[in-house]
Amino acid sequence: MCLGIPGLITEVEPVDGLRTATVDFGGVRKRVCLAYTPAAGPGDYVIVHVGFAISVVDAAEAERTLAVLRAMDGVLEQELNP
Amino acid sequence: MRYLDEYRDPVLARALLAELAQVTTRPWTLMEVCGGQTHTIVRQGIDELLPGGIRMIHGPGCPVCVTPLEILDQAMAIAQRPGTILASFGDMLRVPGSHTDLLSLRARGADVRVVYSPMDAVDIARRSPQRQVVFLAVGFETTAPANAMAVLHAAELGLTNFSVLVSHVLVPPAMTAVLTAADCRVQGFLAAGHVCAVMGWTEYEPLAATFRVPIVVTGFEPLDLLEGILMAVRQLEQGRHEVENQYARAVRRHGNDEAQRAIRRVFRVTDRTWRGIGTIPASGLALTGEFAALDAQRRFGVGRLTAREHPDCVAGDILTGTKTPLDCAAYGTRCTPRTPLGAPMVSAEGTCAAYHSAGRRRPATSRAAR
Repeated sequence: MCLGIPGLITEVEPVDGLRTATVDFGGVRKRVCLAYTPAAGPGDYVIVHVGFAISVVDAAEAERTLAVLRAMDGVLEQELNP
Repeated sequence: MRYLDEYRDPVLARALLAELAQVTTRPWTLMEVCGGQTHTIVRQGIDELLPGGIRMIHGPGCPVCVTPLEILDQAMAIAQRPGTILASFGDMLRVPGSHTDLLSLRARGADVRVVYSPMDAVDIARRSPQRQVVFLAVGFETTAPANAMAVLHAAELGLTNFSVLVSHVLVPPAMTAVLTAADCRVQGFLAAGHVCAVMGWTEYEPLAATFRVPIVVTGFEPLDLLEGILMAVRQLEQGRHEVENQYARAVRRHGNDEAQRAIRRVFRVTDRTWRGIGTIPASGLALTGEFAALDAQRRFGVGRLTAREHPDCVAGDILTGTKTPLDCAAYGTRCTPRTPLGAPMVSAEGTCAAYHSAGRRRPATSRAAR
């Protein structure tokens, strides 16, 4: 129940007065309430918990984390295979 | 898929493990708080790949596991009433109560429904005006915004046949309980990333300072967990005890304002009983007075039911990290995911179920000794 996963917003429309998105989770599409991520729109990745987007994935931060990890790999490679 | 696959890269995982081996000079014991993290750690065998001396203790962050027996018995008492529909998240259905579970009640004719979102339960209520619909609202700070919105939405629609059986719990008081336990061995925490996506991490700063423990807000993919462990170990090796954020792509310091506002409007902080652990002061959420009319305990008069645990289940020791499933005599024999004695064997986020699905067995010697 508590597992949250990232998905891509493909469409946004109001349902019963609540901003609601269609979110694509690698092929599986679900309806997701955007009440807590009012700035999110099509093209954004959101972390979804039990039908609600609780956070917009920050693409720049995601890249930064990966860059740190890749740099770590590079340094090790140099040490192991000088 | 984007934001999942790249955080599962085995080459980068090996680089992180090598870096971790390089910075580690002493044994350290860390706790991952969230059951979702336990699931990834055990499934991927991350705990077994760590440099010798770094030990992961699995924390109490499985919402299904800590929901008290009383609440389950209350849900089942409600589900057995004619004219009611009990809706819940799927993994609550097989959790054993004192006598039975919701799935067995359903097989015997009770109207028990699995929903993906609490909003689905509101929809059921709208479409079934002749029936009373009760949503079993459990979970941590991650599900609280969704459950709060279901209450707000039902109130706005003026639904008189919708109510919630609330058993919400909060993470920081549980971490305090772990840290103040007499036999606490936890030296650092991986905090639950998605709880912090909602609440931010300012609540953890006094904990880190008071108990002098590093707390690293951590994501759920293998690379997130390895980086979180590395950040915590670096702090320990350098004698620091701060709150750091590994999961920056999803978590901001103050969390999600809109979600917190909804939680504050619908819920108030209350003492809660944690299954297997006991009562922890100010560790949960209950409905505020404004929404008392939607309280299923009141509506159905089930608030006074009490219950007793199965005597062979050591869930409390598992949830506080005092024991692992391999220390339990019933694990894998009398207690399996098909025939669970206690909640940690039910949910994918439960430590016992995670061990069982990863095929972890007791060593042959201890089996012979039993």
